[in-house]
Amino acid sequence: MAKKFHLTLNVNGEHQELLIDPRRSLLDVLRNDLELRGAHRGCDSGDCGACTVILNGKAITSCMTLAADCDGDSVITVEGITPADGLHPVQKALVAEGGIQCGFCTTGIVMAAIALLESNPHPTEEDVRDGLAGNLCRCTGYKKIVEAVLNGERK
Amino acid sequence: MKPFDYFSPKTLSEASEVLSKYNDDARMIAGGTDLLLKMKAGRLAPKAIINIKRIPDLRGLTFNSHLTLGALTTLEEIKQSPIIRQYYPALSSAAATMASVQIRNLATVGGNMCNAAPSADLAPILIALNATAVINGAKGERRVLLEEFFTAPGKSVLGVGELLISLEVPKQEGKSIYLKHSPREHMDIAVVGVGIACRGFNPLTQVRIILGAVAPIPLRAKKAEEEVMGGSLTKERIERAAKIAAEEARPIDDVRGSVWYRRKIVEVMVKRGLTGLVNGN
Repeated sequence: MAKKFHLTLNVNGEHQELLIDPRRSLLDVLRNDLELRGAHRGCDSGDCGACTVILNGKAITSCMTLAADCDGDSVITVEGITPADGLHPVQKALVAEGGIQCGFCTTGIVMAAIALLESNPHPTEEDVRDGLAGNLCRCTGYKKIVEAVLNGERK
Repeated sequence: MKPFDYFSPKTLSEASEVLSKYNDDARMIAGGTDLLLKMKAGRLAPKAIINIKRIPDLRGLTFNSHLTLGALTTLEEIKQSPIIRQYYPALSSAAATMASVQIRNLATVGGNMCNAAPSADLAPILIALNATAVINGAKGERRVLLEEFFTAPGKSVLGVGELLISLEVPKQEGKSIYLKHSPREHMDIAVVGVGIACRGFNPLTQVRIILGAVAPIPLRAKKAEEEVMGGSLTKERIERAAKIAAEEARPIDDVRGSVWYRRKIVEVMVKRGLTGLVNGN
């Protein structure tokens, strides 16, 4: 048993303190300790993007990040960007354009798209495709997702 | 994953101390995108993990007489940096060929060097640009040409207790290019990577041609360089140099490509790279 690590995180604006095994990923801590199950465990190797969260303002794969490495950092998950009484504009655009089917990849795509729009508010189609290159979707064929991110931006 | 002791040193000397104490059983983590994959797969089980991300000396991207990239500079920072885009565009575009934005926000240039994968995309272009590795250890600081940094797949000149601090890239007075061949545009490892930097075209006064993923370490195609040095850079000479570079490559057969295929791609890409530099694109 590895020695426990005292982890301090700011998650969706809330201060959190936890004692964790240093082997655990940020994704695992978010889902199982903080019960934020929006970030999904897909490939668990940084390929599929379903676990995407925003760490200190940047989209990252939370499965490929040790939680202990994030000590003192700020994390935003899909729960943090979704208003209590509705949806974020990017989520609305995905619904409106048919960019959602089974939904497993959607939360990761929402977070990657929000991070992209934050740094590049007027992306080209190429920018969007590049920004979402790390998010796999096995249902939609991507076209509607890209359109949603582009159209959501224009509206 | 096997249990490990976890450290998060704030200074270089603290980090060196822990590294020395655990000898070869400690691994440094920055982005973790290579290390954690190996640990999750059970291919690596270090006794200690040392998070080096809290060491300020390893940070920073500055440009004055030369470019200094702190080891913790992320691939996305290299891709986006206006300074790098302006003065070292081939370096920025090499970073852009790598992984996804989520991984580029984690992965660091130091990690890309120290993991010493033969296919590391930043190695050929940084060697072409004649970068120097700045290394810190118990005996103080030392500098090694990046060209001499890699010793075998996964191995570098770093000794026990040593850390890569930064990479220094001289100011460029010529042009450079990085070309990567992989079946997929994103999220794929290079089958062949070619970094070329040169100065002058008629005559060509300086050229460095570095091949990635076709030898145990990034390979300088010196005979191909000799072929194009001096005199004007004609189509015929470029084609000869490309063929020579293909012969200099020492690739292996693997799931990404055969020896024959890799040599062929080296030829195509050296030709394309030199031609692109002559034509100014």
